[in-house]
Amino acid sequence: MIRFEAVSKEYPRFGLALDNVSFEVRKAEFCFLTGHSGAGKSTILRLIHMADRPTRGEVRVSGYSSHKIRPREIAILRRKVGFIFQDFRLLPDRTAAQNVAFALEVTGARRSLIRQRVAKLLAQVGLASKAEAYPSELSGGEQQRVAIARALAHEPMLLLADEPTGNLDERATRGIMELFRSINAAGTAIIMATHDLDLVRSMPNCRVLELDHGRLVYDSLSEG
Amino acid sequence: MTRTFRDAFAAFRRAPSLTLLSVAMIGLSLFAIGLFAVVAHNVRIVLDTVEARVQVVAYLRDDAPADAVELALSEIRAYPEVLEADYISREHALQIAQEELPEFRTLFAELDVNPLPASIEVRLRPGQRSPEIVGDIAARIGAYPFVEEVQYGREWVDKVYLLRRIAGAAAVVIGGAFATVAIVIIGAAIRLAIFARRDEIEIMRLVGATDGYIRRPFLVEGLVAGLLGAALALGLTFGTYRIIFNSVFQVEWVPDTWVATGLAAGGILGMIASGLAVRRHLRDL
Repeated sequence: MIRFEAVSKEYPRFGLALDNVSFEVRKAEFCFLTGHSGAGKSTILRLIHMADRPTRGEVRVSGYSSHKIRPREIAILRRKVGFIFQDFRLLPDRTAAQNVAFALEVTGARRSLIRQRVAKLLAQVGLASKAEAYPSELSGGEQQRVAIARALAHEPMLLLADEPTGNLDERATRGIMELFRSINAAGTAIIMATHDLDLVRSMPNCRVLELDHGRLVYDSLSEG
Repeated sequence: MTRTFRDAFAAFRRAPSLTLLSVAMIGLSLFAIGLFAVVAHNVRIVLDTVEARVQVVAYLRDDAPADAVELALSEIRAYPEVLEADYISREHALQIAQEELPEFRTLFAELDVNPLPASIEVRLRPGQRSPEIVGDIAARIGAYPFVEEVQYGREWVDKVYLLRRIAGAAAVVIGGAFATVAIVIIGAAIRLAIFARRDEIEIMRLVGATDGYIRRPFLVEGLVAGLLGAALALGLTFGTYRIIFNSVFQVEWVPDTWVATGLAAGGILGMIASGLAVRRHLRDL
């Protein structure tokens, strides 16, 4: 589903962020990306989302190649790849329901359909009762659940999460990880970047990719 | 399509102060152009009035045969440059002189013979009053054998023409400067409004919106903000025209086509500025 082939990424101002990285991620896999900050975790997520193109090598996601993908196809791809961030990235002037609906509106879905789907998504992340709350009225964990509901709007095949629990307390973190587990069990692959090793250890069945200074230094799949 | 308009107006509702700010900025910059337009229009009217007084006068010999003069008159009237041509008889000339120069009335009354010649007065059509054309007409009329002398106030014609050219150049330079400033301000105002919504643009991209989908409501917003700004400028210009100009001295309001052009320019400028600003953001994200 995802294949990195000898991928390097160089930023003009920051230098080499990824150095000759190759790996594959299969359907419905749950995969942690670990490493210190600046190791290249976010760069990998951005490359999968086609927000950046590799300097060398090729990134393939769901049949699209980083060499050939067109802007319109990137938009289509992103509907199949949800993205979650540490800082949630919700629109502060819209309610939880409107934030989730936003993702559906861009595809031109009918309003009645959007209403039904939003209600279902908010129920799935346990926020049915907070549909009309604004982000400022929600806790960090709740805001992240809204962001997850938004990322799930198009029934993605893959969920990218960049330090999704970085701003959350332990209890909220446990709740979010529970949610990820159930989303993954339903068939959505998850790639989660984190530097929280306790979190990684708490889910021993997941694959782990470790980065160091832009190089892939450990892959639990090949290490067995 | 309805989505585009719904989104555009939702944005107005969500951030009314920002929208009003950009409308006000657009309005004030176009207001400067509006005032300039009123001034330019009135300068043009004055110049037109002055220029309309340009005329070619052919003084005729006393022995000019009446039928030849009549024929010449109809020929001159047929020139495409000529607006009207009148025959002024000697008696008529004396009568006009007595009316227009009352201080010499007694002098004229004491004369035994009428010293004034008959003449043909020719006025030219608007746009046909340049020194070259006036000179050419004068030369053609002067070629009739019964014409004694042709006068057309060469210096006067030259000066009016020069004045018109200076005014034209000034209008282009000053108007161009005002328009440039207005375009820059409109661009900045719209960019400000879009910058405030960069998060929204970023999230739209994140969830898979195409660039066209993102751009459309912003184009509508730019168009509406530009039109509202232009309407504000129109109101301010008309108010100023009514209050100040009319109480100081009589001036003319600009033609309707100028008003329509101004409104359309506001809307189109707003839309272009918006399109460019969004494109920048889409490229940067």
